[in-house]
Amino acid sequence: MPDPANAAPRERDDADDHDTKGNGAGGSRVLAATMTGFARTLRAAGVGADHQRTQGMLRALRHLDAADREQVYWAGRLTLCAGPDDIPRYDRCFAAYFGGERARPSRGAPPVTIVRHTVTPGGPDGGEGADGHATPATASRTEVLRTRDVSRVTPAELAEIHRLMALLRVPRERRRSRRFTPAHRGRLDVGRTVKETLRQGGEPARLRRMTHRTRPRRVVLLADVSGSMAPYADTLLRFAHALVRSEPRATEVYSVGTRLTRVTAELRHRDPGAAMREVSRVIPDWSGGTRLGEELKEFLDGGSAARGAVVVIASDGWERGDPALLGAQMARLSRLARRVVWVNPHKGREGYQPLTGGMRAALPYVDAFVAGHSLAAFQELAERLSHA
Amino acid sequence: MPHRTTRSSDVGSPAELAALLGERGYLADDGLTTACYLALRMGRPLFLEGEAGVGKTELAKTLAAVLGAPLIRLQCYEGLDASQALYDWDFARQLLHLKAAEATGATDAATLEGELYDRRFLIARPLLRALETQPSVLLVDEIDRADDEFEAFLLEVLSDFTISVPELGTISAPVPPVVVVTSNRTRDVHDALKRRCLYHWLEHPSFEREVAILLRRLPGCTETLAADVADAARRLRGAGLVKPPGVAETLDWAEALLTLGARDLDPGLAAATLGAVLKYREDQQAVLRDGVLHRA
Repeated sequence: MPDPANAAPRERDDADDHDTKGNGAGGSRVLAATMTGFARTLRAAGVGADHQRTQGMLRALRHLDAADREQVYWAGRLTLCAGPDDIPRYDRCFAAYFGGERARPSRGAPPVTIVRHTVTPGGPDGGEGADGHATPATASRTEVLRTRDVSRVTPAELAEIHRLMALLRVPRERRRSRRFTPAHRGRLDVGRTVKETLRQGGEPARLRRMTHRTRPRRVVLLADVSGSMAPYADTLLRFAHALVRSEPRATEVYSVGTRLTRVTAELRHRDPGAAMREVSRVIPDWSGGTRLGEELKEFLDGGSAARGAVVVIASDGWERGDPALLGAQMARLSRLARRVVWVNPHKGREGYQPLTGGMRAALPYVDAFVAGHSLAAFQELAERLSHA
Repeated sequence: MPHRTTRSSDVGSPAELAALLGERGYLADDGLTTACYLALRMGRPLFLEGEAGVGKTELAKTLAAVLGAPLIRLQCYEGLDASQALYDWDFARQLLHLKAAEATGATDAATLEGELYDRRFLIARPLLRALETQPSVLLVDEIDRADDEFEAFLLEVLSDFTISVPELGTISAPVPPVVVVTSNRTRDVHDALKRRCLYHWLEHPSFEREVAILLRRLPGCTETLAADVADAARRLRGAGLVKPPGVAETLDWAEALLTLGARDLDPGLAAATLGAVLKYREDQQAVLRDGVLHRA
């Protein structure tokens, strides 16, 4: 990768090269070096301030006063940031970098690793088992594994379950789009019919028809990664990975706990192991408490990702916050979403009763309440998501 | 009130632009002014994100007024495609032309076909219209509602400001239009598109700015009423509502209160006009129950 600092100083501009404010030729090189350094600090803090954006910032500065702190701030913010999440990071870096001290180019605490075993995806038998020898997955063995509670299996069995999970394909139910596609029957396609008539010099052509296209219905998964869900979080996120990989454009995944974090982009990674590492890096609140109500509110306030979607909440409902808030948000959610599915790992246990405050508040607004403790349970869930 | 219009190249500084926007009743803060200024000077689209009602669309309208340019609006929705955004052929007129030519005995097929794909049969949709209109302000409203395929297509148009019509050739804009793209962030817009733009996250205005906006936009509004309404709006935004009010709602509310002859925020009138500012029943109930409108 080319070092931006070497390539930066004065590239061609959009025909407005001449109006440079307050920085001569020598000054502009210093400025470029300073600003590329700043962009590097930002990248270290997780803002996607790439080369192209850095160039944009330098161009913007030519129209502004590079000696004015305020204007430098805005030139950078407008060109280097790409979303509201970037802005607090930008502010911190700006204060640190231009306040005299350099921001530490690290991401803070080392990431928590949740990958318990490395599994070769798609390998003939999931790689070496933890017990030292490769175990071929026979049909009956798989069948037994399918129904085992993932919190009570050996590491080798869990690896096998995760390997099968990686193979899971989750097609989506289809919904009608506004767009049309040519078809044999359906509404008259005036455009195509006339176009064809024109091509034949005005001779009436065959009538062309069209029908509505269909698109996959979006699935939004909210995965609880709080402490009480710890034995299931890994498997749950692997299911999320299979979901995203099946329909990358029609899936959104968020982790919930004490913070709402969007992890869809991280889960797009093809390799499950790599995706899990990425996810573990970005989730800030592993094994913390649960404030589902507040996070659900944040999720719903953040836009209408839930509108028309099938929303899956995977949590045991151990709500530390106010169950009334959770209930109110669930009511909102049920009005926005196409369907709400609640996955609770404990539901697979015999004699389980949804008695926690959170679960009791949420259940009236849930269309389906399902188990999520085993491979079989997740396969059933996948089935549910692929049919209306 | 007549305003003089300004060419985008004549705007000398962000402060000057702020004054021009202010003359037309849009009070922008430093960040937004700088964003608009850079958009004009660098010829880059301005990508505005922020909650509904913070004034994203209004900004495009005001920019158009400042530049004396028509505002060309492309409202995005799911299923929007090139023939609705770019151009389409007027098939009916083409067919009529063909029939008319036949009636007069025209026989040269090549000439006839050439005539059929003449510019006059091309219907310009917003993007093409913006390229052909000099100067113009193009508002691509709520891009997050369009399909993601549409973004790639838009990126192409916004990169070159050129549209090629196979039957006609290339149409390009000598001076690119001023482009404002808005998003309510219901989904992530592709990074490639954002990278092409200047990105600005629009916040609700500060208390002082909101008071100034109310006074500027509503003749007859007393300073007491403006301050009371802005203060109440600030508290409503902090009350954890389903839909916190934007500037548009604050303005509606103040106008409703003014219409009823209020000179300050009388609690009775406030409760009676709550529908102008809060559009969810739960929000209205919560506000009345918790006494958010009553100052501590």
